[in-house]
Amino acid sequence: MASKIVVDPIPRIEGHLRIEAKMNDSNVIEEAYSTGTMWRGIEVILKGRDPRDAWAFAERICGVCTTVHALASVRCVEDALGIEIPPNARIIRNLMNATQQTQDHLVHFYHLHALDWVDVVSALKADPKQASDIAQSISPWPKSSVGYFRDLQQRLVAFVESGQLGIFSNGYWGHPAYKLPPEVNLIAVAHYLEALDFQKEIVKIQTVFGGKNPHPNYVVGGMACAIDPNSDTAINIERLAMIRKIIDDTQAFIDQVYIPDLIAIAGFYKEWLHGGGLGNYMSYGDFPETTLDDYKTLLWPRGVILNKDLSTVLDVDPRDLTQIREEIGHSWYTYTKGSDKGLHPWEGETNPNYTGPQPPFEFLDTDKQYSWLKTPRWKDHPVEVGPLARVLVAYAKGDPMIKETVGMVLGKLQVGPEALFSTLGRTAARGIECKQTAGFMGHFYDQLVANVKAGDYRTFNSERWEPSTWPNECKGFGYTEAPRGSLGHWIRIKDEKIDEYQIVVPSTWNASPRDNRGNSGAYEAALKGTPMVDPSKPLEILRTVHSFDPCLACASHLFDMNGNEITRVTIV
Amino acid sequence: MPTKQTFAEVFQSRGLSRRDFLKFCSLTSVSLGLAPSMLPKVVHAMETKPRTPVIWLHGLECTCCTESFIRSSHPLVGDMVMNMISLDYDDTLSAAAGHQLEEVRKKIMKEYYGKYILAVEGNIPTKDNGVYCMVGGDSFLNVVRETAAGAAAIIAWGACASFGCVQNAKPNPTGAKPVAEVISDKPIVKVPGCPPIAEVMTGVITHVHTFGKLPELDRMGRPKAFYGTRIHDKCYRRAFYDAGMFVRGFDEESTRKGWCLYKMGCKGPTTYNSCSKIQWNGGTSFPIGSGHPCIGCSEPGFWDNGPFYTRLADVSFLGTDTTADKIGMVAVGAAAAGAAAHATVTAIKKKQHDKESEQ
Repeated sequence: MASKIVVDPIPRIEGHLRIEAKMNDSNVIEEAYSTGTMWRGIEVILKGRDPRDAWAFAERICGVCTTVHALASVRCVEDALGIEIPPNARIIRNLMNATQQTQDHLVHFYHLHALDWVDVVSALKADPKQASDIAQSISPWPKSSVGYFRDLQQRLVAFVESGQLGIFSNGYWGHPAYKLPPEVNLIAVAHYLEALDFQKEIVKIQTVFGGKNPHPNYVVGGMACAIDPNSDTAINIERLAMIRKIIDDTQAFIDQVYIPDLIAIAGFYKEWLHGGGLGNYMSYGDFPETTLDDYKTLLWPRGVILNKDLSTVLDVDPRDLTQIREEIGHSWYTYTKGSDKGLHPWEGETNPNYTGPQPPFEFLDTDKQYSWLKTPRWKDHPVEVGPLARVLVAYAKGDPMIKETVGMVLGKLQVGPEALFSTLGRTAARGIECKQTAGFMGHFYDQLVANVKAGDYRTFNSERWEPSTWPNECKGFGYTEAPRGSLGHWIRIKDEKIDEYQIVVPSTWNASPRDNRGNSGAYEAALKGTPMVDPSKPLEILRTVHSFDPCLACASHLFDMNGNEITRVTIV
Repeated sequence: MPTKQTFAEVFQSRGLSRRDFLKFCSLTSVSLGLAPSMLPKVVHAMETKPRTPVIWLHGLECTCCTESFIRSSHPLVGDMVMNMISLDYDDTLSAAAGHQLEEVRKKIMKEYYGKYILAVEGNIPTKDNGVYCMVGGDSFLNVVRETAAGAAAIIAWGACASFGCVQNAKPNPTGAKPVAEVISDKPIVKVPGCPPIAEVMTGVITHVHTFGKLPELDRMGRPKAFYGTRIHDKCYRRAFYDAGMFVRGFDEESTRKGWCLYKMGCKGPTTYNSCSKIQWNGGTSFPIGSGHPCIGCSEPGFWDNGPFYTRLADVSFLGTDTTADKIGMVAVGAAAAGAAAHATVTAIKKKQHDKESEQ
């Protein structure tokens, strides 16, 4: 008899996500349903405000992937107003974005995802000598002595013996799906703690340019930080030297800790190739070397791959009204001109209409509306976005750097490229991308220094700062590749105020419910066919869902194009 | 009840020396802004007290508070979650999921009734039976009420839980409320900011645990140690304000020289926070230090206090209104007079303070 399980709340993500899954007699998932259980309504709040302030509101959509909404926001306002930013501003933004991606991926791997593969309690049984031998055989990372691992193990023993397990309370420890030997678990726990200490260093790059992290400051027209090598308060050589050191340390940590750990852990799970899902991938691309419209210069390229066909990369144009459309057939919203067809963000609307059961409830009615997330589709296709999509698009386009890194990782794991179409492939792609992006950081730093050396200190274009210089009406589009995938902001400005604002975020693409044709979203598709060892401890569901790095605050921000009044809400 | 270990015992069992332990206590005292004479008290507390259970709930929020928390440089968050508190429930870091995670919350609520700390990050949506945020099939509103019942105290993280923040900005479509508007029978420490500074967050927890009581709060419910003065009061650009030397646009000569950002809309003069003192990310910088005006993110209703790049129309100092133009005119007219005007404000503030102290 088929049975149904619910995982809610799902921890180690941003925001509130619920998964309901139906299993067959053999405990294999037949259908999965992904539900965003929060809605913040920021759209209504933004309307009528100064477009130059929009980045600050938008940035608060997410504090985990902080920076990315601010970046997409200033880009869409600049697009609308026809502002070209100085090269230094572009480079600094690229550097801040690369900083975000690198730190975010590192935190995801160790703090949000690792415990799906790593059994902390098993580490208590490890032989520190063997752990040291393994660590030294896979990496030159200096913290690898027997004493180091023994000391850590003693700390863990003391922690467990205290009876207060804190964040490790009630984990699925001892679950048969955990495959790592105790020594590798111990190494992973050591690096969990080291990465927790180290991630806070990476973000200091954002603090130098944006004043704080999370939520660094941006400004429409460029960056607020001034550059002057002869000033004691602007970006000078001390600040640059600090950034250089952080980049070097970050690259070392990724090369010597993250990548070796990824390969070591994945090596024990390469038989577990579930979770591939849709096989459709999309990337807007990012890290422009000139302007945002000059797609060919994007360091992460743009394109769509369908049905795992790496021989063809299709073009994507987010400005085209026929390509990206959001549907609401299974979402708690209505559209005024009929809820059965999708709307492009330029034409979109957001009228919340909760029709689910009143809390507390046990199950949702997944045949009807069951999520606060909408259902974005590209030319009616569900697509996956994120590191795997970016890596595959770059790989299919023949990017030499990505081919080399992918080749290195696959070679060490002794698997072919087809292994990428899996949960593990998604996790590996994130590491591959992290290494590549950390390399970009050095590139951006060199570009910045070269500009300053040549006497170009400009960081801001003031031509269109004053609203009196703006057209009465205009619209713009801004995009970025956020850590979790393609992010687009669409704005309309009228009489110096925000008239309409719409965002389609990565986790809405990935976590969306069924579309109007009954096609699953990326999470739902990826969970289908996964065998569960022990359904009462759904570790496998966590693995696959976490491999997407869910971000539900982003997914449920929902900016309204038409400023429809929330008073239209009807509660059934 | 499970066996509970004190900090000293944890250090001992970790094979760390007494000297390491004292160094840790000393760093903690410094991070709390305590006088050296208080060190013995910190040491005593850490020797004798078990780790306090903390249940950390997330409502309508963006998780920037948690992200800030893990940026803490002293104490390190690894040390905090391993040795100082017992972070038994946290959406962002917990290993357990689904009903196993909910079990942990219920267990702590029962076993440590009246003793655990409830930390809330985010707003509580109250409209339409709370359907705008649901956890484990229940409304976040119900979860907060249930969990607050047995809490010794509540920490309201960030602008959301303290005052409202972005969801609560006009017209507040989900009926988002800060904790104090939902829970009225518990002591609440408000730690505002979007997000709050990392060391302020860890400092508040350490204070509560070390001294066994809440830090002294101001009339808004914020710890005085971190929200006692305006950013403006300790700003390194203050001398330019007093001299009437203002930045008029980004990327100008005045910007590169680091003049005052007041006329670019800086809310430093009306914002109580430690940004200009502790600074951000291990003292790396703070918004004004990187050339951007303060947006006042630790003040109530800051999203609705006018456009960020417009200078304050009215500067309100504890009930004394001074218009921006007046300050500007004074500053342009005579720097010394500007300083005097400011000194007056400070004097008024001092008078007010003395009066409050007497009460």
